[in-house]
Amino acid sequence: MTPGAILRTEGLRMAFGGLSIFKNLDFSLQAGYRHAIVGPNGAGKSTFVHLLTGLLRPSGGRVVLDGRDITHATPQQRVQGGLVRTFQLNTLFPALPPLEAAVLALCQREHLGGLSLRSLARRPRQIEEAWSLLERFGLASEARRPTGLLSYGQQRLLEVALAYALRPQVLLLDEPAAGLSTAQGHALFEQLATLTAGTTLLFIEHDMNLVFRYADRVSVFAGGDVIAEGTPTEVRSNDLARKAYLGH
Amino acid sequence: MTPHEHSYFQPSTRWNRWEIAFWLAWAAAYFIPGTNLPLLTHILVWGLFAMSLDLILGYRGIASLGHAAFFGIGAYAAGFLAKFGWTEPLSGLLLAGITAGLTGLLTGRIVRGLHGVALLMVTLGLNMMLYDAAQRATDITGGDDGLQGVALAPVLGLFRFDMYGHTAYWYVLTVAFVLLVLARALVRSPFGLALRGARENPLRMLTLGAPIERDAILAFGLSAAGAGIAGALLTQTTQFVAPEVLAFQRSADVLTMLVIGGLGRLYGGFIGALVFVLLHDTVAALDPIYWYFWIGLLLVFIVTFFRQGILNTLDKLLASRRGEAV
Amino acid sequence: MAVIATMLFNGLAYGVLLFSMAVGLALTMGMMRFVNLAQVSLAMTGGYLVVVAMPHFGLPYLATLPLCFVLVALLTMLLERWVFRHFYGADDLTQVLLTIGLLFMSVAGAAYLFGPSFRPMQVPDWLSGQVPLLGLMLDRSRLFLVGAGATLALALFLGLERTRFGAMVRACVDNPRAAGACGLNTSMVFALTFAVGGGLAGLGGGLAVTQLVIDPNFPLRYLVYVLIVVSLGGTGTVIGTLLASVLIGIVDVAGKYYMPQAGSSLLYLITVVIMLWRPNGLLQRKGMP
Repeated sequence: MTPGAILRTEGLRMAFGGLSIFKNLDFSLQAGYRHAIVGPNGAGKSTFVHLLTGLLRPSGGRVVLDGRDITHATPQQRVQGGLVRTFQLNTLFPALPPLEAAVLALCQREHLGGLSLRSLARRPRQIEEAWSLLERFGLASEARRPTGLLSYGQQRLLEVALAYALRPQVLLLDEPAAGLSTAQGHALFEQLATLTAGTTLLFIEHDMNLVFRYADRVSVFAGGDVIAEGTPTEVRSNDLARKAYLGH
Repeated sequence: MTPHEHSYFQPSTRWNRWEIAFWLAWAAAYFIPGTNLPLLTHILVWGLFAMSLDLILGYRGIASLGHAAFFGIGAYAAGFLAKFGWTEPLSGLLLAGITAGLTGLLTGRIVRGLHGVALLMVTLGLNMMLYDAAQRATDITGGDDGLQGVALAPVLGLFRFDMYGHTAYWYVLTVAFVLLVLARALVRSPFGLALRGARENPLRMLTLGAPIERDAILAFGLSAAGAGIAGALLTQTTQFVAPEVLAFQRSADVLTMLVIGGLGRLYGGFIGALVFVLLHDTVAALDPIYWYFWIGLLLVFIVTFFRQGILNTLDKLLASRRGEAV
Repeated sequence: MAVIATMLFNGLAYGVLLFSMAVGLALTMGMMRFVNLAQVSLAMTGGYLVVVAMPHFGLPYLATLPLCFVLVALLTMLLERWVFRHFYGADDLTQVLLTIGLLFMSVAGAAYLFGPSFRPMQVPDWLSGQVPLLGLMLDRSRLFLVGAGATLALALFLGLERTRFGAMVRACVDNPRAAGACGLNTSMVFALTFAVGGGLAGLGGGLAVTQLVIDPNFPLRYLVYVLIVVSLGGTGTVIGTLLASVLIGIVDVAGKYYMPQAGSSLLYLITVVIMLWRPNGLLQRKGMP
């Protein structure tokens, strides 16, 4: 076991009925690193994130966060432990404006969401932090409009902002640039790079330019296994990886 | 942060003029000669019942087809208390609310994790079972003839329940007002925001670390308590309770009222109750069978043109006149 | 022993009626996720067609049954075109409210057209009385129902499994978007499925005239049963609906016989328990067959 691994899996197994996705997956995420997961479609990348975050339970093996076994922890418990994720498809609150969504996230972080008769207006700290969060992500001008009316790019930013608001130890991003133009994708990653200095980042991405530019380490998933791992340069020259992606 | 940004939540927290006008109108109605106080009291009771459903359906997005069960539990609890000597109305009201609330917590726990058809069927089934039981246990409930011997002492020891309904009117109006104030504070709190978030996207709430199951169960309990208090008010002011308070038709009626008035507004329940009861009073007097036609048509009409209900549609109209995005 | 067997048989016959009324709802819920509570109103229409057309036009009972199917199917097609298809994307509550509204209007409409009390039915001679079979005395009318039900189920099954249209229906229930992407005219499949489902409900109403009371409150009385059948059987599956219908038919008949004081509560209790145990229906799946 590698020291400094903030998140790792040991012998992870996942099967749906007769279909086996992972047979014996060992994965290790180093603290402070920006680690990318790449691979062709159907390689199990999103399933892997679901297993890490508790939306799916593995058929076998362990998930360990910061030395604690979280294999049977609920999704909420993992969030409390500092493991936060975003989704490939925007998973937002259509009727709530970004400001309310941000305040919601912050209240949850501070455990203020219990039964109460105190108005949200009497939570100035959360309101202030919500505004500065939205400003940092460039969403302040849209803060009052229902999320459903925002452009796709703005929604994508909010998707990340809400996860970021929880001050995660480890931030899992499932294809954050999905559906964005190349320029928008780069802008998003640039913003992320600045904001998440010090946070451990694990992201799934298809755009190899983004991967080579922003990742410290890359894991190539294919057929339910990690077939290659290393720095972006190492992986680029790896034959197995090339075969998996290009078929030759 | 500008003061404008800082005060984002304040406008909704302050009482706006429509709310104040609403309650003043109810108070003023008492002094208009010739008003049908028992009818108005009836509307308030149903409005409160519908408001309690709003908490779980409008704010949390959980569709229950059996809300009359909690209304009925509160109604019978108040009835039994009065029948067996506990004639003090306010404490009886509170106990009835607590009984219904506890049942609500239990129900919430039973149906947690259910959605869609399964949720509708379980809530419906539980309601039907309770109604069936109440109808058959005639020695306990008195059957359709109603519970006998329900008598209430004067409110606060001073105001006797008179036969013109004066005391009843102020009693119900005050309780409805108090409950609205409490509900209003609840939905404007972080808890209320969490309920709305869970309505919009439970998966996201999960990944924000929110205890959505616990919140939903609590909401169920509070909603049931509100319905139970409404039921108790009905029993106390009419000194009568029969199994029909538990009938599925009541569950359907209160749902209709809420949809007419508008979900997620708290006041929608009251507006819907007003429209529904007045309509019922006018039409059913003609011929009961015509009632089905008109209520059916109203439902189809509302669903086609005013799906959001009266209050939300008005809101949209006003907002678009002001040039805001909705 | 003979009592139990007869009861099972009677329950089976009742189940056939429930199946006929409910299968259309199960299909449309599975295919376009459309909750059509007015399905029972379509059944009532079929029932009234028989009790009115028979004396009025002097038609024999057997001739009215296909008429029920065809006319109610046509009516359903019109409803689908003019009303239902505008609400395919709407949420469950909206559809429930819409179709309940239509149901209410049908109740009032029936009372207006045919009066508030029930229409007595002249049961044809070949359906009256009993027949000794397998050591039991079985009602002829119920035998007819069981036979009709078996034919119906077989026809549906073969239709879905062996015909091209059936394959299209199955595809649309499984994944309407993908089916459309493959070039299927989903709009036409939806319309025809709705029509067939409605026609079957009408047929069920026609078959029900020998067993159930046909009056304006018919939809209100049987709505809950149809809902229970569909939720227990699972949406989008014919076999599931059939199993659930027979189960519910037998449970209801047995319950009313052995525990008349419990009334329908037994049925509700079973529904609640099964829904908690298997929220997606007894077969725990949402698809064909």
